[in-house]
Amino acid sequence: MMKLKTPKKGKARRELEKRAPKLVETGKKTLILHGSKTSGVLNSVLTQIYHLKKESSVRFSRKNGEVRPFESGGETALEFFSQKTDCGMFVFGSHSKKRPDNLVLGRFYDHHIYDLMEVGVENFKPVESFKYDAKLAPKAGSKPFIAFIGEGFDSVEELRHLKEVLLDLLRGEVIENINIAGIDRAYVCTATSSNKVFLTHCALRLKKSGTVVPRMELIEIGPSMDFVVRRHRLPNEGLKKEAMRTLKDQAKKKVKNVSEDIIEGKIGKVYIPDQKVGETALPYKAKGVKRERREAKSKNAEEREQASKKQKEDSTIE
Amino acid sequence: MDTHEAFQVDLGNLMAFDPHHQFHSVPSSRAELVEESLKRGTELVQAIADTLFNLPSTEDIDGPLVRLPPPVTRLPREKHMPKPRPPTKWEEFAKARGIKNRKKDKVQYDEQTGTWKRRFGYDRANDENNIPILDAKMTDEPGLDPFAKKRADKKNRVGKQEKNRMQNLKQAAKVGDLPSHIQLSATSLPITGSQSMPKRATKEELGSVAGMAATSTASGGKFDKKLAGEKPLKHKGKHRKFLPVVGGKGNSLEKEQTEKVMNKLISKNSHEILNVNKAITMYNVKKEKKWKGKQDKSSRSSSNLKPKKDIQKKPSSSKASSFKGKGK
Repeated sequence: MMKLKTPKKGKARRELEKRAPKLVETGKKTLILHGSKTSGVLNSVLTQIYHLKKESSVRFSRKNGEVRPFESGGETALEFFSQKTDCGMFVFGSHSKKRPDNLVLGRFYDHHIYDLMEVGVENFKPVESFKYDAKLAPKAGSKPFIAFIGEGFDSVEELRHLKEVLLDLLRGEVIENINIAGIDRAYVCTATSSNKVFLTHCALRLKKSGTVVPRMELIEIGPSMDFVVRRHRLPNEGLKKEAMRTLKDQAKKKVKNVSEDIIEGKIGKVYIPDQKVGETALPYKAKGVKRERREAKSKNAEEREQASKKQKEDSTIE
Repeated sequence: MDTHEAFQVDLGNLMAFDPHHQFHSVPSSRAELVEESLKRGTELVQAIADTLFNLPSTEDIDGPLVRLPPPVTRLPREKHMPKPRPPTKWEEFAKARGIKNRKKDKVQYDEQTGTWKRRFGYDRANDENNIPILDAKMTDEPGLDPFAKKRADKKNRVGKQEKNRMQNLKQAAKVGDLPSHIQLSATSLPITGSQSMPKRATKEELGSVAGMAATSTASGGKFDKKLAGEKPLKHKGKHRKFLPVVGGKGNSLEKEQTEKVMNKLISKNSHEILNVNKAITMYNVKKEKKWKGKQDKSSRSSSNLKPKKDIQKKPSSSKASSFKGKGK
C-alpha cells in the first residue's frame, strides 16, 4: 500500500514547489566542489568563483574523491549532489600530475549530466592582487555585461562550447527589468589561440559623455585567469533537443479592461465603485450640525408643550 | 541578434560577441594581452550600453528601470518542461457528461436559526452533524443507532475519496507529474519527480535475498546469531528427492510416479491426436451430405411418376425389420 507523504510545514512545501520544473526558467544554481586533490591555485579559483556567484551557488568544502565527471560511474555522486542541492551547473576542481589545476565545468539536465567542459587554469591572478577604488566594487548579484572576443569562439568547436558554458555560468539571473543605475560589472573573455581563453572580471565606471549613453570604462578588478581547453563532452543529440525546448507560443494572458483601437490606440476602462457618500465618517462634527440638533431639540420641546396643553384642554372639557 | 558594427549583441543576457577579432601580432607580454582585450571589451560593452540606454525606461525610486528583451542565445533548460497533469477520473467523467464547475456562494441560509452562515467550516449552515433529532423512517432497523450510522457513512465517504485521490495520484506519478510537494512513500521518490520510480521489492524477493545473505557464511549460517523475528529458511539444502527403486509389493513408488506422469501426458496430448470437435463436425457434415443426397434422389424420383416405388419399398423394409426381429 502506498502512502502519501506531504510536507508538514508550509515552508517545506514552498521549498519543494520551488524545485518543481517550470515553464520559464530564470537561472541555474551552481555547485562548486573539490576533487580528491586540489592545488592552492585551484582552491582560490573555486573560492573566488563562489564569491562571484554567491547569490546562486552552493559550495562544498570537503574532498569528493568519488567524483570523476568524465568517467563512467564517477558521475553518480555528482548527480546525487545536484539533486540534493537543486543545482543545474557545477564547477569541479581537481589537481593531478597529468592534468594540473584542472577545472571541469558542466551542466545538468534533470539532474543528469548534460555536457562537460574541462579546462586547465593558468596565470591565475586573484582578486587580492588588484588595486582599485573601493567605490567601484560591484554589488553582489548584480547583472554583469559579458563580452566575448575572438573568432575562435565562432570557428573552433571546443571554444564555441566553452562560450556557451561560460555564458550560462556568468550571466546570472534571467530578468525582465533591469535598473540601469545598478550596472557595475563586466566579464571579458578573449580567445587568444585555438585552445586558450583569457577571462577577467572588471568593474564598470560610467562616465558622462554628453549624450544619454554614458561612456563605459572597464577597470580590471580580478580574478583573471587563462583557461586551456582539455577534454570536452557535448550533449547527445536527443538530449539536446529535449533540453532546448522552449515555450514558443505562450498564450498571452488577457488583460482585463484594456482594449486596442486602431484609431484611438490603447483604451482602458475604469470602474469607479459606489462612493457611498452617506456612510463616510466626518472628521469631526461641525458646529452647524450641532446647531441643527439644538434647533430640532427646541422644536421638539415646543411641540410637546403644545400637545400637553391640548391634552389638558381636552381633559378639562370632559 | 543585432549586428552592431559587426558585433553580435544579445541584450537579454547583456552579452556581446565580436566574432571577427584577430590578434594582428600575438601579444608578447601578458600586460599587452590584457590591455588589448580590455580595449576590445570596452568597445563591446559600449555597444551593449548603446542599445540598453536607448531603450524606453520608467523612473523608479532606485533608478531608471528598463525592460529587457528576452535572451536570444539559446541555452539548455535545467529541468524538463512541466507535463500536463492527467485528468482525474472525476474530471474525465465530468467532461464526458458535460458537467461544469460552478461557483457556490460562501454563505448559505440556515433554516434552523434563520440566519446566513458560512457554507463550510465551523458553525456552518445546515450542519448535518448538528441535528439533535432524526425522523424515524420505515426502512430503519430497530436496535441500530441512526446517528452512529450517519457517522460511519461519513467516514466511509471520506475513506472512499481518499482512495480515489490516491488512485489519481498514482496515475499522475506514472506519467511523471506528481505535484512536487507530494511524495508517495514506500518508494524513494526523487525530489522533483523527474525520475522514474524505482521498483518496489516484493515480500518474497526480500525473503529470498535475506535467506541467501543468511546462508552465505562459511558455515552456511549455522553459527550466526539469529535476529529477532527472523524465520528459518524455507528451502534449505536438499531440493530433489529420490524415491526408493525397489518397492515392497507389486509396483514400486517410482513406477507409480512415472505412470502418473505418463498418463497425464498422454491424456493431455490425446486431444491432439483426435480433435473431438473436428471429428464431430466432420461426422455431422458427412451425415448431412448423405442425407441430402438421398433427399435429392428421392425428390427427383418423386417428380417423375414413380410415387409407388417408395410406397412399395416401405412395407418391404418394415417387413424386413419385423422379419429380423422375429429372427432374433
